Amino acid sequence: MSLEKTSVDIAAAMITDPTAAKDWLLVTPTLLTMLGGAIALITRKNVRLQPWIGITALALVFCANIALLNHVLNDGVVTMVMGSWLPPFGIAFTADPMGAMFATFASLVALCTGIYAAGSIRPEERRYGFYPFLLMLLCGVSGAFLTGDIFNLYVWFEVLLISSFGLLVLGNKKRQIDGAVKYSLLNLLGTTLFLLATALLYGLVGTLNMADIAMKAAHLENQGPLMGVALLFFLAFAMKAAAFPVNFWLPASYHTPRIVVSAVFAGLLTKVGVYALLRVLLLLLPAGHNWMNTLITLVAILTMLTGVMGALAQTDVRRTIGYLVITGIGSMLAGLAVASEWAVTGAIMYAVHSMIAMTGMFFVFGYIGKLQGTFSLREMGGMYRRSPILAAVSLVLLFAAAGLPPFSGFWPKVLLVEGALDKGMGWLAGVVLLTSILSIICVGRLWIYVFLRGGSQSIADGTMVALPQEKQKLPATVWLSVFPIVLMVVYIGLQPDAVMSFAHKGALTLLDPSAYVESVFGVAP
Amino acid sequence: MNTVIFRTVAPFLTALMTLFSIFVLLRGHNEPGGGFIGGLIAVSAFAIYGIAYGVAGVRRALHVHPMSIAASGLLLAVASVLPSLFLGQPTMTSQWLEFSLFGTHIALSTPMFFDIGVYLVVVGAITSIALSLEERESD
Repeated sequence: MSLEKTSVDIAAAMITDPTAAKDWLLVTPTLLTMLGGAIALITRKNVRLQPWIGITALALVFCANIALLNHVLNDGVVTMVMGSWLPPFGIAFTADPMGAMFATFASLVALCTGIYAAGSIRPEERRYGFYPFLLMLLCGVSGAFLTGDIFNLYVWFEVLLISSFGLLVLGNKKRQIDGAVKYSLLNLLGTTLFLLATALLYGLVGTLNMADIAMKAAHLENQGPLMGVALLFFLAFAMKAAAFPVNFWLPASYHTPRIVVSAVFAGLLTKVGVYALLRVLLLLLPAGHNWMNTLITLVAILTMLTGVMGALAQTDVRRTIGYLVITGIGSMLAGLAVASEWAVTGAIMYAVHSMIAMTGMFFVFGYIGKLQGTFSLREMGGMYRRSPILAAVSLVLLFAAAGLPPFSGFWPKVLLVEGALDKGMGWLAGVVLLTSILSIICVGRLWIYVFLRGGSQSIADGTMVALPQEKQKLPATVWLSVFPIVLMVVYIGLQPDAVMSFAHKGALTLLDPSAYVESVFGVAP
Repeated sequence: MNTVIFRTVAPFLTALMTLFSIFVLLRGHNEPGGGFIGGLIAVSAFAIYGIAYGVAGVRRALHVHPMSIAASGLLLAVASVLPSLFLGQPTMTSQWLEFSLFGTHIALSTPMFFDIGVYLVVVGAITSIALSLEERESD
């Protein structure tokens, strides 16, 4: 091996222009979470230090994401290719408005989870590595939102899956193992399908870079095999996103782990599936999307309806919220099915709303469940007297989940209904509205039972009280984790402009990939 | 497996295999090998030691908890992608430091440190799994 410097023209294979330091913001969320996770893992025996390390790292990630969002807002889609290799050979990280926004809200949710967990996760569970797992989960989620390479997306899926297995069995109860087995089996199956579809796609177009796929797939002579690939991707990501009929793992597993774990799962995991669906079906394989439009519409409708009916039928609060998550997924899929500019905006906004609102709901009802010692709707009650502020907060979150104004769930639904009507899919708009009405019944029932009813099922409303009466003071960790979320829910409800315009930019980038491609390759397609 | 022969040979075998794993790790830059396979060889070494002297013996010999080894590997791997930040290059761009030491040419590079990080992650994680599996069997 000769060690002399060779005189090869490296500009043909490598990036030689200097990279601005602010482009490093793209990889900061993943690098920071890895660093924080490693430090938290080394110091996991020091259970009192754990929350501080975890929360500091999560707060830094959140700040970095805000900066990245700002960077994307000012300079458009941002790309950085690992190791200076020119795309499509180097692995690209590409942040478009949708990815940056999802990453930001995901880190907000994770930060709130870290704070809530400081008050609710027992010391021995901290020793088993709650904070390292949480940080690595966010690492996988951020990586998935920011990567511009489909195989790399698969790798981030694995990272977040493995962390989620760890979080799921925290506590070592028999029921948890049962939930974890169902969850992991279905998710491994989904991941395997994803890998198969990726391999087939690579065989067809010969590239893994998303921008490159978007260009090459459109010009492929034989479009037939691409349809099969698109269908496989749809199945794989529908499993992740908990779309009907491959969603039975969600209600079977979300009520078993610690409540704070359910909260972060409800906020992040299904949304990663929705993100992947939007990215792959709209940006990479729009032809495949058109081809199976009817199927997507059908899946969206059934997901919405089965979700809300499941929510109505449940008596366990955690299961009810689990089904409400599924209903929301149906609404996002409706946006994917319509696939017009404003409908996709609605789907992106709905995903953001669902991330924060569902996590907040698990926080609030988890805390109530802990106070009451039960999660069964039949036995809960009398919470209004014990904590009026909690009643107000949960009313906000429940209304948001049902899509009532003036909260964050309202605007995405408006956009979805409007988008569906514009495209002549009136019946889809009808189902969205019907789902909203059923959701209102569901959340109203939940609120009345838990807060207004004096005690458990047999006690008449408000007259007799079988439960302790004293006012409950909320611990600081609950305040600090729930209120940022509620403020965000109200803010998006009252001032939707900022989030909506950003989601709109994201939708435009998805539907017309030229800005995305230009960011990666430096030239318009 | 508690024969005298095995218990006598095991420490030498472990030392030899650990040495070989480092050789495989370092040759991985240009030839077959690397952090992952090197790490697996090292784990096999610890497993042999564990079969001969029990899990407690391995834990004593390692001094630090395997999970901490894995975490320090992750730290090293992340640290190795950072230098290019200060040179205005994208993440993971390799940086080289070449010098002569007593007439031997030495080339240090960030990919090498990344690979050492991978090695440590594999050693830590798989050892941790192997030890807890062996522990369950023995009690």
